[in-house]
Amino acid sequence: MAPDIVVIDYHKGNIASVVRGLAAAGGSARIADDPAEFGRADALVLPGVGSFGDAMAYLTESGQRDAIVRAIEAGTPFLGICLGQQLLFEWGTEGHEDELDEQGRVAGLGVLQGHCELLPQVGLKVPHVGWDQVRLTEAGRENPFMRNVADKSNFYFTHSYVVQGARDEDVLGITDYAVEFPSVVARDNVYAAQFHPEKSSEKGARLMENFVRIVEGRA
Amino acid sequence: MLTKRVIPCMDVNNGRVVKGVNFVDLRDAGDPVEMAEFYDGQGADEVIFLDITATSDDRATTVELASRAASELAIPYTVGGGFRDVAGMRRMVAAGADKVSVNSAAVKDPELITRAALAFGSQAVIVAIDAKRTGPDKWEVYTAGGRKATGIDAVEWAQEAARRGAGEILLTSMDCDGCQDGFNIPLTRAVARAVPIPVIASGGAGTLDHFAEGIIEGEADAVLAASVFHFGTFTVREVKEHMAKCGIPVRLDF
Repeated sequence: MAPDIVVIDYHKGNIASVVRGLAAAGGSARIADDPAEFGRADALVLPGVGSFGDAMAYLTESGQRDAIVRAIEAGTPFLGICLGQQLLFEWGTEGHEDELDEQGRVAGLGVLQGHCELLPQVGLKVPHVGWDQVRLTEAGRENPFMRNVADKSNFYFTHSYVVQGARDEDVLGITDYAVEFPSVVARDNVYAAQFHPEKSSEKGARLMENFVRIVEGRA
Repeated sequence: MLTKRVIPCMDVNNGRVVKGVNFVDLRDAGDPVEMAEFYDGQGADEVIFLDITATSDDRATTVELASRAASELAIPYTVGGGFRDVAGMRRMVAAGADKVSVNSAAVKDPELITRAALAFGSQAVIVAIDAKRTGPDKWEVYTAGGRKATGIDAVEWAQEAARRGAGEILLTSMDCDGCQDGFNIPLTRAVARAVPIPVIASGGAGTLDHFAEGIIEGEADAVLAASVFHFGTFTVREVKEHMAKCGIPVRLDF
């Protein structure tokens, strides 16, 4: 039976294409916003829309935050996409004034070490929008999440913020745009990408399939 | 390196692609989503659906198109044409469109760009500009599908759109559109140099060299075409392979 994959709805945008991508990859994906459902799922997916501060406020208030962290600690396979990757880290700098602390930070889920900051202004256009390459690290070449994904494959990005300060061993792929940033990360049962696999045609489909294989214990 | 994009554009009327549809190997040439999937297979980086329905009061077919595209397409897509307010754009975004493109309504009410950018993020808001030459290095903005002159300078309008929160400019040269003599290079370059956001060159592509010129000489970030793809003059792959030969970074690993 196809694994029951819950795509977390935090009411900030459309997630139909994530569901489509997972279903095409052989998962049985459904949308849910009730934190009570997160613990029972075979896997969780946190898609990418909105801003860091806004998303954390909603996740916290709705009880989704605690349920996500508990599920991850319990070993549930987890996939973060775009903002869903950024939220896994310790803190970010994107938010309204009332969401930021005195250091100008918003706390993230804190599952991974590192933080999230605005792309530096170096004459390149921001946001970083379009297809760009992902350079595989040594960890990336060995990780089942990157199975059958060639070094320097192109994926579809659309973002203004990037992760910095991640642990080397958590980084599977790196992209260069204004700065070098981790574009694929993983640690234990947690996987995440800065780009949108659900919008990255064949290559993205491969990543979704790899995640479903991991969920099924076939990887 | 961030690649330059090639974008097939489909003019849609009542849910069907119109103008220059001449496919032999599609079951239903004219179905926008099926055509978009076909272009995905050729390496299109994204696609645009332009709703050209004369009376755009009834958007139900276009919302349905956006929603079908979300459940079938694995590349980003934009829906444009006939938007009047944020509510109309929101219906399209909620149905799954990655970006919306606004033209006449933004000229009428420039604040609409800001409201849309706040609602969906700048990356989801394209301002489309139809420009016509009025003198040396001077172009005027036209609205209502190119029927109405506005007296507004195209380069200045592009700058204002960017300042107000547009994430991209879709720039169509009315002088070059349909002529297949190449993109309007002076116009494209003038706008590309004037704004800090990506510019999509549109109107006039007829040869493989034209696409490369739009990027290299026009300094555009993306090139858009309709009929050369719909008639099968070139595949998207042929365009990208030619661009690569000209030294332009493109995505060819599809």
